[in-house]
Amino acid sequence: MEQRIADPVADPAAQKPSALRRQSETIAFVVMVAALIVAPFFTYPLFLMQAMCFALFACAFNLLIGYVGLLSFGHALYFGWASYLAAYSAKAWGFPPELAILTGTATGAILGLLAGSLAIRRQGIYFAMITLALAQMMYFFALQAKFTGGEDGIQAVPRGHLFGLFDLRSEMNMYIVVLVVFLGGFLFIYRIIHSPFGEVLKAIRENETRAISLGYKTDRYKLVAFVLSATLAGAAGATKAIVLQLASLTDVNWPMSGEVVLMTLVGGLGTIFGPVVGSFVILLMQYKLSIVGEWVLVIQGIIFVSCVLLFRRGIIGELANKLRIRL
Amino acid sequence: MFEIFGVPSNALFGQLLIGLINGSFYALLSLGLAVIFGMLNIINFSHGAQYMLGAFVAYLLLQFSGIGYWPALILAPVIVGITGIIVERTMLQWLYKLDHLYGLLLTFGLALIFEGVARNFFGSAGLPYVVPESLQGGRNLGFMFLPNYRAWVIVASLTVCFGTWFVIERTRLGAYLRAATENPQLVRAFGINVPRMITLTYGFGVALAAFAGVMAAPIYNVSPQMGSELIIVVFAVVVIGGMGSILGAIVTGFGLGVIEGLTKVFFPEASNTVIFVIMAIVLLVRPAGLFGRRG
Repeated sequence: MEQRIADPVADPAAQKPSALRRQSETIAFVVMVAALIVAPFFTYPLFLMQAMCFALFACAFNLLIGYVGLLSFGHALYFGWASYLAAYSAKAWGFPPELAILTGTATGAILGLLAGSLAIRRQGIYFAMITLALAQMMYFFALQAKFTGGEDGIQAVPRGHLFGLFDLRSEMNMYIVVLVVFLGGFLFIYRIIHSPFGEVLKAIRENETRAISLGYKTDRYKLVAFVLSATLAGAAGATKAIVLQLASLTDVNWPMSGEVVLMTLVGGLGTIFGPVVGSFVILLMQYKLSIVGEWVLVIQGIIFVSCVLLFRRGIIGELANKLRIRL
Repeated sequence: MFEIFGVPSNALFGQLLIGLINGSFYALLSLGLAVIFGMLNIINFSHGAQYMLGAFVAYLLLQFSGIGYWPALILAPVIVGITGIIVERTMLQWLYKLDHLYGLLLTFGLALIFEGVARNFFGSAGLPYVVPESLQGGRNLGFMFLPNYRAWVIVASLTVCFGTWFVIERTRLGAYLRAATENPQLVRAFGINVPRMITLTYGFGVALAAFAGVMAAPIYNVSPQMGSELIIVVFAVVVIGGMGSILGAIVTGFGLGVIEGLTKVFFPEASNTVIFVIMAIVLLVRPAGLFGRRG
């Protein structure tokens, strides 16, 4: 949160760091895409697909906390319900995968609009508590509703044929779809952040009262940002449901909301690549540590505490600091 | 036995009693959250975990040293309160100048650690804690059966809640506290050790949570996740009441407990969600909360 975005027009001295930033971002993006294209030949595609879904989820969450300064502690709501609706529409209604993912994404958007318009009525710490409470409410609905399958969840969701042509039971075809969804979402967020709309969001983050005094209807901006974030979280959840062929209570419960916060925090709040790096790191950790069972919770807690106390900038933030790049 | 709105009276009063019991825990916990928030500007996410720790300390005292309920009711809050003081001195004190959210994230991490450790040693299943002998049994009030222990929980939590309210609103110490909440620099200039006051406030708030935990142990089982389930509801209670007023926290806590209990009688499917629904309605009608100031 410490970094300010320099305005190249108003401040000629800032022009160089800004150009440097853009350059390093381009390099990082190319490296990321190349790595994601090569990676399935070296490691499990299923792990990578899951990681990309979580990366998109974390990027969506980061759009709120990193660029508007709003801590949503209930993002599992959009992720989980989108995954339920995608799974249900694919299994019960026989939707093709592209429509199922769209259904899930729309679910995220609608829930985001409802929850967002309530949550933005309060500021700061209350915002976090409201989002958490609303997510918990929807968790209970998911627990009680018939179509979610209760404790069992929705299992054996068919992956189907994309546009009726490509059989997604093939890991490679599925991988390409996930890669496209992830990169599409990532670039969309990048575009939002660097648009005039994104500049207003950052102004709200830095000083909301001042943004109001400049004539911006900050509530509207916050709501739009909230809906966008929920929509993208929905896209991530829906894609995950198709990939893993499963939607379950884990995805709507509060530890999932905590996990996406952790991924973003580890990678770096308010950095573009931070959430991506963070989600790969955390997911890898969970895979490697699955043998230690319940201790995973303790280790996650320790990472939270040490991130907050020792490196608040996260991996990408610290890296940029070392390389003297202003983000 | 008679019926009210088609519900047998003893079922109705039984649920009302459970509502009052839940309400007393909501009140104790939201009170602690409000006191801590007032002084530290931090939302203590580990409040639920510290409530759980209180119950576990009482359980361990009984299992390993044979220390019973009554001493544990004092000892467990003191022990958990001391761990709270250590947490404040070693971690929280570095966050006061930062954005609110870091305090929330840090205490969330602590909650995960406490819950994870408890799960590793005790598993996820609940452990029973026997009602102390002096409070076993109950009395028949004619319209319902009132277990002695439940009556004690309501009386004790009301006493502690109003005791806290009295100390903060009506004594010199409380005046210092309120002044330090408004303007710490000025209070320091008068020669009052504000950092120590902050530390003790956190310790006290945490001890309140642990006290609630000990009282809860004989009613619910002692289990690692008893806190995380509760704390989210308490957050909703805090949003409804607003953290500006001590009395508001107490009234909201008890009131919502009773409403939840009544929902269990008339519309059981909604009993898990009724508090969240009320929160949504309050946000629509009175965005600042029932007792809160705008902000």
